[in-house]
Amino acid sequence: MLNASLKELAAALAQKKISSAELTKLFLDRASRLNGALNAFITVESEKSLAQARAADERIAKGDAMPLTGIPVAHKDIFVTKGWRTTCGSKMLSNFVSPYDAHVIERFNAAGAVILGKTNMDEFAMGSSSETSFYGPVKNPWNQERVPGGSSGGSTAAIAARMAPAATGTDTGGSIRQPAALSGVSGLKPTYGLVSRYGMIAFASSLDQGGPIAKSAEDLALLLNVMAGFDRRDSTSVERAAEDYRRELDRPLAGLRVGVPKEHFGEGLAADVGKAILVISSELPELLGVCDRIYAMSAGRISGEVTRANATPERLMQYMTREKE
Amino acid sequence: MPLSSEEVRRIAELARIGVSDAETRAVQVQLNDIFEMIGRMQKVDTEGVEPMSHGQDLKLRLRDDAVTEGDQRALFQSVAPQVEAGLYLVPKVIE
Repeated sequence: MLNASLKELAAALAQKKISSAELTKLFLDRASRLNGALNAFITVESEKSLAQARAADERIAKGDAMPLTGIPVAHKDIFVTKGWRTTCGSKMLSNFVSPYDAHVIERFNAAGAVILGKTNMDEFAMGSSSETSFYGPVKNPWNQERVPGGSSGGSTAAIAARMAPAATGTDTGGSIRQPAALSGVSGLKPTYGLVSRYGMIAFASSLDQGGPIAKSAEDLALLLNVMAGFDRRDSTSVERAAEDYRRELDRPLAGLRVGVPKEHFGEGLAADVGKAILVISSELPELLGVCDRIYAMSAGRISGEVTRANATPERLMQYMTREKE
Repeated sequence: MPLSSEEVRRIAELARIGVSDAETRAVQVQLNDIFEMIGRMQKVDTEGVEPMSHGQDLKLRLRDDAVTEGDQRALFQSVAPQVEAGLYLVPKVIE
């Protein structure tokens, strides 16, 4: 269950292999065991989560389930949650309980998802390492001497450590994409205007976007289907026809061209990182069965593409760690 | 124009952020680096270049000038540490 995709979890719930209450308890137990070391969560309220899970179970029993009904989701502590504390990683908001829900939270509630907890982050999103939180730094589950990235590091660490099957983050200048890469999970910054900023504590309002964090591109699509949508309460929310973001997941990669700005290879890039990206770009076509040369954009983006192409993580790890020249 | 350490302390006081004597030097360097970068940006000739306000061509939505929300003052004030007569009470910060 801990490694299952959102689609597999929804199927397990539908087939009554597990209830939402059991699934939520599974993740709550794991979170409480690991959070001492990783500090991915600032707030957990088991009773509130389980009450939502029981309501989801009733909905599933009535045949009224949507793709995320009964699925526990961890939310970056930047989305205000009615009745739950929202701290934004700061001492200033340590006693702030919001009287209303962010639009993103309303969407997940309507979809029947369960709030698993509020995840740790750089204070007011002003950081790229999740080290500046008043509630202590977040540790990278792969190596606790390392940072998970930031500012959505609590959410990405929670996914990486399987403390949650899905999470939300926010991204202004990389705060979902970078920690997703550093934590070895998938993350997406939606196009500006797609996800309502109502109830999302602001950092740079003309750049901020909430977005999904999970273990695969398919999971991200399921989450984005819930998160995206016009909201008149956000003055920059874009009014456009709804999309199903799963529709191109099975599209073959042949002919795909991915660009990377050459400015990214400038001063400040570690030599071994630059070399790794160029190695991947010259040999990934063979791995993915694609003819054209592909330039890697980021580890997080690549993990999504690899999943689609049925290249296994094991094969990719062998490939990336073999001796070259 | 680089900031003096006295100016840094004054700014910290106005921002109500505690900066110790040991931290003042580091903060001074960081603030001056920011001003130096702004100075470099201002030297760029942008004559005839149309300002870019956003990466996407977004228009700000307008709406009718009509009331859409009800009075929820009691709800919004219920989360405040201290209120009186419908007003939020805060520590005095004005000099």
